[in-house]
Amino acid sequence: MTPATASPQRPPSPWRDPVALLAVPAVIYFAVVYAYPLVWLLLKSFSSPTGFTVQPYIGFLSDPFNWRVIGNTLRVAAWVTLFCLIVGYPAAFALARAGAFVQIVMLVSIILPLSIGAVVKAFAWQIVLRRDGVVSQLMVGLGLWDEPQRLLFTETGLVLGAANIFLPFMILPIYSVVKLIDPRLSEAGATLGATPLYRFTHVTLPLTLPGVVSGIAFVFSMSVSMFVIPSLLVGDRFQTLSTLTGRSFLLMRNEQLGSTTAVVLLVLAVSIVVASTWLGRRLGGRT
Amino acid sequence: MTALERLTRYVVWIVAAATVVFLMTPLVVTLAVSFGSSTVFTLPPPDWSLRWYERLASTRGLLPALTVSLQVAAISTVISMVLGTLCAIALVRGRFPGREAISTFLVSPLMLPGLVIGIAMLQGFKSMGLRDVYASLLIAHVVITLPYIVRTVVGALGLFDFSLIDAARTLGCNYPAALVRVLVPALAPAFLTSGMFAFLASMDNYPISIFFTDAWTKTLPIQMLQYVEERPDPTIAAISAGLVLLAIVALVIGDRLVGLRKLADF
Repeated sequence: MTPATASPQRPPSPWRDPVALLAVPAVIYFAVVYAYPLVWLLLKSFSSPTGFTVQPYIGFLSDPFNWRVIGNTLRVAAWVTLFCLIVGYPAAFALARAGAFVQIVMLVSIILPLSIGAVVKAFAWQIVLRRDGVVSQLMVGLGLWDEPQRLLFTETGLVLGAANIFLPFMILPIYSVVKLIDPRLSEAGATLGATPLYRFTHVTLPLTLPGVVSGIAFVFSMSVSMFVIPSLLVGDRFQTLSTLTGRSFLLMRNEQLGSTTAVVLLVLAVSIVVASTWLGRRLGGRT
Repeated sequence: MTALERLTRYVVWIVAAATVVFLMTPLVVTLAVSFGSSTVFTLPPPDWSLRWYERLASTRGLLPALTVSLQVAAISTVISMVLGTLCAIALVRGRFPGREAISTFLVSPLMLPGLVIGIAMLQGFKSMGLRDVYASLLIAHVVITLPYIVRTVVGALGLFDFSLIDAARTLGCNYPAALVRVLVPALAPAFLTSGMFAFLASMDNYPISIFFTDAWTKTLPIQMLQYVEERPDPTIAAISAGLVLLAIVALVIGDRLVGLRKLADF
């Protein structure tokens, strides 16, 4: 058989490509059990017995309590992301440049927690953040605190626990770009007389930016959406969009409020994904 | 080497060591508490004991929850592997428009808040007349597991030489047989790692499962959170330790099959 025999009968239209049929079951499944419910939720949140309405949203946004909830959500997510970035950026470099043994140890300590559920890890953090917990003992031992303090059920405790659970999602995307950077680039800069700071800001940082953007997007969107972690680490007094949504469905049986907060949360999550994808494309990296 | 470079290097290494300690803290604490004798989570434990593991047998609701979780995770992963692989073949081999959109659509549950997906499904399923809790749970978990399969298998298929299928057909295999006998073995590592991560994601899911729960059907994370709220004692740490063990086994298998560095690909 020569290669030429395959070419004369090309499908008349790309729509009739028979291979496309293989995608049909998965796409129909997702359309029915995933896309349809999301669209239904969206439409229902805009409908009232009399027709189209934005009243629930006006009501939601005119209540100062809800603005505090939105503020809590974004503030905690921002702190968690910042913490992960400060720890994760140098950690990704260490992972890329380490010798074989250290690299294995680091990889295990990054991937193993990824395979364990949030309930398990958040429960462990309940123990760590107690008044007699590891963090308190460490701070007193270092002389930074005069007496043991309880971090559990505080915002700081929530940020610490969430940052611990999401840190791998910051390290891995940055690592995936750092390992592609040729270390000789920076040396070349040095040969040409650039200072270490100049080399970092003009060579290394721009090259790692796509990884940083996707890491920030992962951690920020997961922190905005997290539900189990705040339920266990901060309690009912501190509400985020996610815990408020959960409470209104599971405890208060207030479906109207729940649908409204769910849609606000959905819009927030989608805009983070869209913004980071756009930014990633602009930076020319893979997302 | 300048003083500044040496300093930078030290800082980076300290951060690396601190990262390992920080990341392992919850796992080490879980294991230490589960093997300790203290009822109030004293660390380091005053004495070692297996009493919390002995308690597991008499913990009400644990075994049914574990059974439901394992069943749902296994069945939904298998369904996802079939649907996801077929779809991945179409996405990699097909020349039809909208492939990029389909792939984003199928991976998108990973990026949206689980709680919102759960609420939407709860109401959507109701509007379709589906009221059986177990069936709803299973149907929902396919949405949790499929993204992992599609993401990994599309990547692996991109590297597969499809002329091997043509070779098999030239030698007398029909198309489905060629897929099963040539493609499946070649993709085995991708199947195993993506299947593993999908299985663990289903086992660990809370925010979607919580909406498909009743007195008889509870998954393990839901039962565990209920224990934490009702009666927090190190029995929960013993259950957690079991899940940590499961993750370690999965990691060792993953390392043997594809290597740790491959698992870290993002």
